[in-house]
Formats: sequence, structure tokens, C-alpha cells
Amino acid sequence: MSDQNIKKVRRHVSQNEGLIFERSSKGKRGYKLPPLDVPTADAGQLLGSALRDDLGAMPEVSEFEIIRHFTRLSTWNYAIDLGMYPLGSCTMKYNARVNEAVVRMDGLANAHPYLPEKMAQGALRVMHELSQALIEICGMDAITLQPAAGAHGEMTGIMLVRAYFEAQGKQRKKVLIPDSAHGTNPATAAICGYEVENLRSNAQGMVDIGALSAQMNEDVAALMLTNPNTLGIFEEEIHKIAELMHDKGGLLYMDGANMNALVGKARPGDFGVDVMHLNLHKTFSTPHGGGGPGSGPVAIKKHLEPFLPTPVIVQKGDRLAFDYDRPQSIGRVKAFYGNFGMHVRALAYILANGPDGLRQTTEDAVLNANYLRKKLEDVYDLPFKAPSMHEVVLSHRLQAQHGVKTGDIAKRLIDYGFHPYTTAFPLVVPDHGAIMIEPTESEPKEELDLFIDAMRNIAAEAASDPAIILNAPHTTRVERMDEVTANRKPVLRWKPGS
Amino acid sequence: MRYLPNSESDRRAMLDAVGARHIDELFSHIPEEYRLKRELKVPRQMGEAEIMEYFKGLAGEMSAGYGIMLGAGSYSHYRPVIIDSLISRGEFFTAYTPYQAEISQGTLQAIFEFQTMICELTGMEVANASLYDGSTGIAEAVMMAIRITGRSSTVIARSVHPEYREVLRTYAQHQGMPIAEANFGANGRVDLKALDAAITDQTACVVIQSPNFFGTIEDVAAIADIAHQKGALLVVSIAEALSLGIVKPPAEADIVTMEAQSFGVPLGFGGPYVGVLATREKFVRQMPGRLVGQTTDKQGRRGFVLTLSTREQHIRREKATSNICTNQGLVALMATIYMCIYGREGLKELAQQNLAKTAYAVGEFSKSAKVLFDGAPRFNEFVVQTSGDPKQVNDRLLGEKIIGGLPLQKFYPELGNAALWCCTELVTKAQIDAAAKAVRA
Repeated sequence: MSDQNIKKVRRHVSQNEGLIFERSSKGKRGYKLPPLDVPTADAGQLLGSALRDDLGAMPEVSEFEIIRHFTRLSTWNYAIDLGMYPLGSCTMKYNARVNEAVVRMDGLANAHPYLPEKMAQGALRVMHELSQALIEICGMDAITLQPAAGAHGEMTGIMLVRAYFEAQGKQRKKVLIPDSAHGTNPATAAICGYEVENLRSNAQGMVDIGALSAQMNEDVAALMLTNPNTLGIFEEEIHKIAELMHDKGGLLYMDGANMNALVGKARPGDFGVDVMHLNLHKTFSTPHGGGGPGSGPVAIKKHLEPFLPTPVIVQKGDRLAFDYDRPQSIGRVKAFYGNFGMHVRALAYILANGPDGLRQTTEDAVLNANYLRKKLEDVYDLPFKAPSMHEVVLSHRLQAQHGVKTGDIAKRLIDYGFHPYTTAFPLVVPDHGAIMIEPTESEPKEELDLFIDAMRNIAAEAASDPAIILNAPHTTRVERMDEVTANRKPVLRWKPGS
Repeated sequence: MRYLPNSESDRRAMLDAVGARHIDELFSHIPEEYRLKRELKVPRQMGEAEIMEYFKGLAGEMSAGYGIMLGAGSYSHYRPVIIDSLISRGEFFTAYTPYQAEISQGTLQAIFEFQTMICELTGMEVANASLYDGSTGIAEAVMMAIRITGRSSTVIARSVHPEYREVLRTYAQHQGMPIAEANFGANGRVDLKALDAAITDQTACVVIQSPNFFGTIEDVAAIADIAHQKGALLVVSIAEALSLGIVKPPAEADIVTMEAQSFGVPLGFGGPYVGVLATREKFVRQMPGRLVGQTTDKQGRRGFVLTLSTREQHIRREKATSNICTNQGLVALMATIYMCIYGREGLKELAQQNLAKTAYAVGEFSKSAKVLFDGAPRFNEFVVQTSGDPKQVNDRLLGEKIIGGLPLQKFYPELGNAALWCCTELVTKAQIDAAAKAVRA
């Protein structure tokens, strides 16, 4: 293939590396323990029949081989540190290094969760300060930092909704979820024992107010709304949505996955949201780490406060303390207090930004998305024309005429040196054709221009040489994988002799 | 703002391109009354040096430099330096879930190695790419057992971590999943008769922890027999992963769920940690969470992909096996590197050191206090009953820069003045001697 239109990258050798087990050989060591300062123990005598004699195929390798192994593996990954990572709904922004430095400070990194409270004031202070900042950012009244990720936050939030209705003595049956929602929303509602009722979007990609008012009744506990929604569109009739819910005694849940469009510009608490979760690994820059850890705090209005998971941080005199005595609590959703390391990082991010930086961040994120939209909408179909916020959703409609689908365009973007956008989601885009692009504020104009150039080139290739797209990527270590066989005959572990 | 790469002239150029005079025009579709017209009330923007100082102050209010004799689901083990060297590579920590296999082979292969090592250690046939932690792992395992058996209830041992049990209750409360508890006997192990009596024909699974919350190793084979005879599955939770270096794996279990924090993950005031779920091959399609599988590309080269995703929420929506999406990727990578460093011999040697420290400590504490639950093997934790309040013992030890055991009054009032102590390889003989002395005083 010709690389002549590819400006951002060029080919580069990458090292081969087998599985760590294939490097293993008896007698190699990657560790050295200090000598014991107590008498040795007879394990056989202490453990009896519970004694384990062998650790099977666990590897035996030297320290330097481990360094080389994982360094080589790392070079096979794309990452935000290498370039734009425009996965829509995932908010792949810069992960500031100072966050990593502060979280590794001895007192925080090596704090046992069961330290006596007087020895844990620093950690409690981190959680308290972060809580206050997030409450202000969301315009809510209280918060729990306990959930470990977005979906876990959703579950916690919907359990709060359940507890609220239970306390009123009249449980409801259903949760309404727009057809544009993330898959975790319906999965969550099901875990919380609610029936899921689908709510269709209107032609503008927003909640259909007529449908909502027809479906909203006293069987409905809540509407799970993502705002801006997964099309990157702000629900302009949010006040009507909130009113319709509240008039019938229902609650408005907001999936805060897209808060990067709102911080410092609008507050969910001000537009009628009763309960919402945040993704610290999206909006608040904690690293995605190849798929986690995340953190999914849930912010709420006053009327849901009695039901928060235990413990809750409270001020006791001049100290902070954990309050476990909360009879109406939904209980714990996780051992200990949540992903504290993410709390530290998110607080460091907020302090580095301040109010002006947080606002500017949102403005830049929205400007970047609108710039991409403007520069691409003449060559890619824009299925929903409403104004975009932090992300823009295009479709493959024009390219599909040449047999090129969103997933193919995504693969070709890899050759141009970019991580693909989110493909085929949201499902409201016809023909599973969504091209969902979220640049975030972290991309400079130069990177955006290269991305635009790549997308425009690919659109041209779709007409002139679709095969080059259909067989992409051409420049990676491996080509498209045989996923069918992977599914049909799963090989989920290495076995000795394989 | 130093993280933002666009200059004022870049912004101007982009605004011109989109045809907006002012940035606020891009927010004008948010109804006027909901637009925030003031700055957020959060602390002002700080310089990097100030941020470092601020957190140094907070970290200084903590227990840095203290010996830690607390365990209870969070274990203070030495973390080899290269773990942070490797996980700090931006290609690992600033990547997302490996949806695009061609440019995520590093993450995918590392997860495949993680899954393999977890299988080797637990004696199971398949393991997932991780769950949030050990506590939610139990809830996911129970939901899985309910799907497999078509039964609805659970019997959980009271010797399972109290917070893990609380989490299970939270998850179960709205799903029509009744939970019964089975008590422990005088040796700290599950009371087998009580367990047997608690299992009904609606019991989907029995959940135990081994080593259990008291550090005592359960008789897994005997419990498996009891559960299986009544058609229930056995779920074994492991909170102290290092025990697997020297304790026989629970191979009789149907599902093993483990907290792998011990494998190179900082205490970090309780998280992020890394949960694991491992099981038998025949149950793989009922598993929650991500799975990585080996396959080949068009040229026949070995490679790895996320697989069996039809179980998951983004495909199945409300019918998914779990709502989980994000897992604990980077923490699983820490555990993977840790398992490579210690490997087949080191995990055994390290576990043996923990065993020896604990055996020594039990001997010393026994001279002046009552160590409960003798008569069953333990790994690196033990329960000590004192004449006075264990909180006073702990207060005395703070002067020696030692964090003493966890008072159990809150969780097990029937044990009186008892506390749960832990001796990892990092606890010194001098600290054990000082603690034993404080218990005596």
C-alpha cells in the first residue's frame, strides 16, 4: 500500500516477544528475600494436609527479562501519550503526572484502610475535599465516593432510588432508558430489580417529550438520562423532562459519563437531576490503565441522603470521622471506601485546574469537537444536526455505498496513526453506522488537523480504493484477528507444552 | 492552564472556522437559566509545587514509617520497584480497554498471562481479566451460581470478611436472593453441621473464605462435599492471595473469587485493588467481566482479542451476565508483574516467611494473651483475646510506631476483647516482640 498521504506516522520495527511462560526456565530468579529474623517454621507441620507442594507452571524468570518482556509488550499498545485517542464517551484526556507523584507519597500509598481514624486524617481530608469540590461542580447536596467505576456508580444510584421509594412505602416497577443509552444502564436497572422500558429518541436525537409523557406514570421510578446524550447533544428540553418526572413523583437519574461537556458551564443539580454518577477516569483525568481502575462517585440531592452507602465521612469536632450508623443506608457496595487512589488523583486534577481551568477545559473540549464536526460534515454524513457539545457523532452512510463501514474506517485510521473513534454506538444511528468522535480538550489544533486530514483521505479512499480500507490496518504488528474462532473455540489460558 | 495545548490564536482560528464569535455561543443551546454564570467555588488554580506541598502535608498526617500489623483484607507486602517502573509506561497506563486488538496487543497479552497465572494458582480452568475487588467478586460469583443452578438462595459462612458479606447483601437485596449465614465453630472454621443444616434445595451456592477472616484455613474438600451433595455450588473467596504460595488451592470449588491486592498492589487506604473470578471451563459463558482469548490474524500469527463478549452489557443490555464494564486493568498488570517476579519458587518462599513470622508471633502472644482458634491451620493472621480493650493496646503501640491488630468488637461482639493481627514478611521480630509486650501490659 502507499503511505504517501499518511503524515502523522511512519513504519517502525517492533520487537517480537513470546509469552512470559516461554521464557521461564528452572532456577531463574527475579527476587531475593532478606533472611528471616525469626526461626523458620515447619510448613508441613503447621499446615498438614493443606500444604501445597508445587506452583505448577508459574514462571521462573530474571528481573531484566521481566523488564524487557513488559517493555516490549507496552510498545505494541496505542496510548493517549502517543496521540489522539478519540473514543467517544470515553474522554481520553491527558493523565497528569503530578497525580501519579502525589498518589505514591508514602503516607497515602501505604495507608491501611483500617488505620485508627486519628492516624488517617490525611486520607479522610482528601476524600472530604474531593467530595466538596464534586458536589459544587455538580450542583448537588451530598456524595458517596465508594463505587469503583461508572457502572458500579449507576448501580449505587439506582439502589438509592429504590431505597427512596421503599422508604415512602410504595415501590415502583420500572426504569425508563432512552434508546441512545450506554449498555450499562439497562444492565444496571436489571440488577436493581427494575423492569427496563425503552424510551425512543426523536428525529433530533433527543428525548421524545411526547413519548416520555405517555410512558411516565406512577409505575416509573426513574429515567436514566445521559446528558449531553451519547450523540453529544444537550437535552434542550431538560426542564420539561425533569418536570414530567417530578410531577409524577419519579426521579431523574443522570449518567455523568459526558460531564466533560458541562463542568464549570452548567450544573446537573440546577437542571433538576436528583441523582447522578461521575466517572473520575473520564472527566477528572484519572488514567484508564488499559481498562481500569475507574471510580464512579454518586452525587445526590438532599432527599436521597439518608440512603447513602456506609460509611459516610462526617466532621466530629476538629476531626473527620466515618459514620457507620445510618439505619436507612442501602449498605456497602464495596469493601473499604472506594478506589481511594483515584480520589487522590482527581483532587490533584481539580487543584491543578482551579475554577478557571475547569471552565476553560470544558470550553476547549467543546470547541475541539465542533471544529472536527465543521471540518468533516461535508464528507461524512451527520445523522443528527442538533448542536454538538464535547463529541460529534457522524455516520458511515456515504461510505457504505462503497461497502465501507464504520468499523473499516476505524481500522484504516490506525494506519494513519490514530486510535479509532467509538464504532457502531450509539445504536440510534441507523445501520449501526455511528462514528462517535470525542477529541477532548487535550488535543492541540495540529493534532486535530492531522485527524481531519486522515478522515478526509479515508473518505476519498472509500470511493477510489475501498479494498485498502477493507483490509486495513496494514501497518500493525498483527492484522485483523480471527474473532470467530476465538469465540467458537475459546483459548483463555496458556498451557504447558502448547 | 498548563494541561491545555491550544493557544489563544488557535482558539480564535477554530472559533472562526465554526463560525462562532465567542465560545459561549457553543453553549447557547443550554437553556439560559441553567447556564452557570459564575466561577465554580473550588480552590484556585495551584502550581505543581503547591500541589506537591499540599499532598505532602496530608500524607504527613498518616502512618508513614509505622509497622503495620493489620490485615483483614488488605495486606502490607513488599512491592518490588520494577512494578511501578513498568506500569508507569504511558503505553500501559494511558491506554483504554483493548477494543482495537491490532494496537492493543501489549495489554491483551498481559491479561492473557494474568488469566493463565490465576488459573495455575487457584487450580481453576478459566479466569477473567479482573473485577473491581474481592468484595464485589463474591457478589458476582453468587449471581453467576444463581444463573448456573437456577436456584435462588445463598449460604455464606460468617467467617467470610464482614464487609464482603455486607456487599453481597447490598447486591442481593433487590434480586430476590435470600442469604443465610453459617456460623463458625470453636476452631474458627465453618461449623459443618450448621452449614449442612442451612443448605436447602433452593441453595444455589455455599460461599466460604479460605484462609477465612480469622486467618484460619478452611477444610475446603469437606465443605465442597456437603455443598455438592445437595446440588449447590461452592464459591471460595480468597482475600490473602499470597496464601496460595503455600496453601493448597481450593480445587474442589466451582468458582474461586480472589482479592489479588497482595500481589504488588499498594494498601492505598483500601483501593484500587483487583478482584478475580476463576471457574471451570463448563461455566465460562456464565462468567461476568472481560475475557481475553488467543487467536490468529489473517497471516496466521498468534495474537489476542477480547472474546465471548455476547455475555456483556454492551451487547446484551438488560440480559447481560453483569453490568460491569470498566475493570481493574492496570492493577491486574501490577499483579501480573508481581507474579512474574516471585514466580514458582518465590511465592512459596515468601509465603513461608509469612508463615514463620506468624508462627513466631502466635508463640509470643500466647505467653500473655489468648490466641483463639487453635487446632486449625492458619496462614498470616490470628485472633488475640486480651483482658483489656484492644484499642488501648493499640494506643500503647502507637508510641512504638506500630499499628496494632483490628479490634473485632464491631464485627464479632461475641469474641469480646478480641483483635485480628497480621504478620507479613515486612513485620520485624522487634515489632512482634513489642506488640506481644503491649498485649501483656
